[in-house]
Amino acid sequence: MNNPIQVLTLFLFNIVLVNLPLLYGTAGEIITEKSGSLNLGVEGTMAVGAIFGYLAGCAADSLAAGLLASFLAAGLCGLLFALLTVSLQANQNVTGLTITTFGLGLYFFVGKGMGENWPAMTASASLARGFAPVELPLLSKIPVLGKALFSQNPLVYLGILIAAAMWWYLSFTKTGLRLRAVGENPAAADSVGVNILLYKYVHLVLGSGIMGLGGFYMALYMSGSFEGSNCWINGYGWIAIALVIFAGWSPLLAILGTLVFGFFNTLQIYAGPLAGAFPGTLGWLNAVPAHLLKALPFLITAIVLVVSSIRQKQGAGQPAALGLNYFREER
Amino acid sequence: MKKKFLALTLALAMAVGLAACGNSGAPSQTPAASSPAASAPAASTPAAQPSGSSDFKVGAIYITSQQDVAGYTFQHHNGITTAMKNLGLDPATQLLIVDNVDDRDDTAVASAIDTLANQGADIIFGISFGYIQSMADKAEDYPDIMFSHGTGYLANDTNFNNYFGRIYQARYLAGIAAGMKTLELGNNNIGYVAAYNLEYAETCSGINAFALGAQSANPDAVVYVSEINTWGDEALERQAAQALIDTYHCCVISQHCDSAQPQLVAAENNVFGCGYNSDMTEQAPSAHLTAAIWHWNVYYETAIQAAMDCQGDASKFVEQMGGNAYYAGLAEGFVDASELNDMAAAPNTREVMDAVRELIQSGEWDVFTGVKLSYNISDDGKVEIIKTDADMFDNQGSMILASGSGNVIDDSAIKGTMDYNVKGVIAG
Repeated sequence: MNNPIQVLTLFLFNIVLVNLPLLYGTAGEIITEKSGSLNLGVEGTMAVGAIFGYLAGCAADSLAAGLLASFLAAGLCGLLFALLTVSLQANQNVTGLTITTFGLGLYFFVGKGMGENWPAMTASASLARGFAPVELPLLSKIPVLGKALFSQNPLVYLGILIAAAMWWYLSFTKTGLRLRAVGENPAAADSVGVNILLYKYVHLVLGSGIMGLGGFYMALYMSGSFEGSNCWINGYGWIAIALVIFAGWSPLLAILGTLVFGFFNTLQIYAGPLAGAFPGTLGWLNAVPAHLLKALPFLITAIVLVVSSIRQKQGAGQPAALGLNYFREER
Repeated sequence: MKKKFLALTLALAMAVGLAACGNSGAPSQTPAASSPAASAPAASTPAAQPSGSSDFKVGAIYITSQQDVAGYTFQHHNGITTAMKNLGLDPATQLLIVDNVDDRDDTAVASAIDTLANQGADIIFGISFGYIQSMADKAEDYPDIMFSHGTGYLANDTNFNNYFGRIYQARYLAGIAAGMKTLELGNNNIGYVAAYNLEYAETCSGINAFALGAQSANPDAVVYVSEINTWGDEALERQAAQALIDTYHCCVISQHCDSAQPQLVAAENNVFGCGYNSDMTEQAPSAHLTAAIWHWNVYYETAIQAAMDCQGDASKFVEQMGGNAYYAGLAEGFVDASELNDMAAAPNTREVMDAVRELIQSGEWDVFTGVKLSYNISDDGKVEIIKTDADMFDNQGSMILASGSGNVIDDSAIKGTMDYNVKGVIAG
């Protein structure tokens, strides 16, 4: 058995490692929703990004190729969503669910279709290398937190960078301001000359692309092992949609939301080791029923959702025109 | 002749269909509604006999999909198709399948059975535990169809049986490989990613047998169990295996869960592992030692043969099977440890496993008895099995079985009521 501090460090390390794909999904959905579109297809979009990113990454034996392919493949899902809801005015909820069904179907179709030819990640050295932890100088030497936050794989840093950049983009740039206007009141934005169609298309594709990167992360985390019964994404896409509300549509708070959900998600695995490492203070964890631990992340998410919807009332972060299609001629 | 039989089959199918409709519409009339269907086979029997196996239809209800490339359903589907081919049946035309039937949804299971009955299935296999009640009910509604339920415990004396295997024997063998490896590495810690532990006798008897096997090779071996509370969740399986390696420094990772993720994690961490369900050496060639596996085709071949031998009289099925609960093990070839990966295994592992396999197959000794095994390995690799009478203790320190070869844990306990872990098993 490790010493208690090591167990704690491992616990925190795994919270970040295992749950960071959620941040990609959440960030992608935030920028999508900021444009006024409610895309419920996160799960399917991530699955598409995951499988095509992984296959391309293996084929080219390159992490960059995988990232690019996952972004593009998932971006195409976003484009499809945009085509259906922006140009053809289809119902956004239904279209989003369709994207999820379609994406998961495509994931299994491609994966099972590959059959024996499925590439193993061990055959692609650069993918394994690209997902290996990179210790940031100095920061990684901080006790406990250094290992948890600053000795992670490059995709962890990339996810946090994307969230931070998105926050800056939405808060401090002119295009970000216009984007928010499109989400709040597209008619007003239209009247001052913002190209609604362009803004919606670009951000739907961008948001879906970011979700796809999260899918690719998950593919690498699972060592690219396709067995055909579970999808790698495994419900993360749905959690991401909840985390958007949790975070109040702020990409920075999304990082916090990811860690809070991740804390309880990882606790179900680490409850035993933690109780063993800190018998005095955390020994009671052994008495918590396993089923409760399993339900806890979702229970907490539900509670936070309720609390934040009561607290925020209106205007906080939710775009006023979220989920409403914009039809120019009805202005 | 053929036309006449076709007409009869169609009539039979319609009668069954009507029975099914009547059934769903007015449940209280079930016996009356199903009686025409029951009398139909008697009329068709003379026509059926000459055509023999070419008209025999096998039905199967799967928890996931026949398209799977690995996992539980995959193993069963493989078993059924292999058995059918061995018996000269054509799975393409004679195997009827309903995929993705949720085992918590009794209505879905019942309608899957109706579907198969309407399509003319002669025998229906249900592979998931949760199908149990629906299968028992439908076996009464369709007395002219044979029902066979995997992993369950309900049955009747005519057309409904259950089947399961002594997988614990295979796990004991895998435990030996793990124990030998811990001896070689000088690290007594073994990890075990378990779907459940004490909640199901199936899982906890597996853990216990594995631990006993490991302890037969290395008396100091300790098995840390990480429970994930689901039969299959690849991400959780991975996290649990990683946590066992990180926090308890386990050098062998065993598993009772669906995917090969624990074995992949073992390989990535340069430790070793024992898989389950299929030979996972393919997924983790550097790490995987051996897996406890099922040869489902052994049962399916026996069952389908018995069903065909009934000559259309479904009520003879249980009699043909020689009982309504099929429970076979190493001796029948129903379970086994997969081919040992010599690249990863400790020296002499194969010899010890072979000796113990032979011992169990001979029926002389079994895992859950008051006799424990240890091994004397001579320099030339000859293995001598030493049997010692020993009390069996659970991990709370209370005795569960007194020493002596006469003392055994009942099959019914191993299958249904076992709810403790043996000494040396620690919940992680």
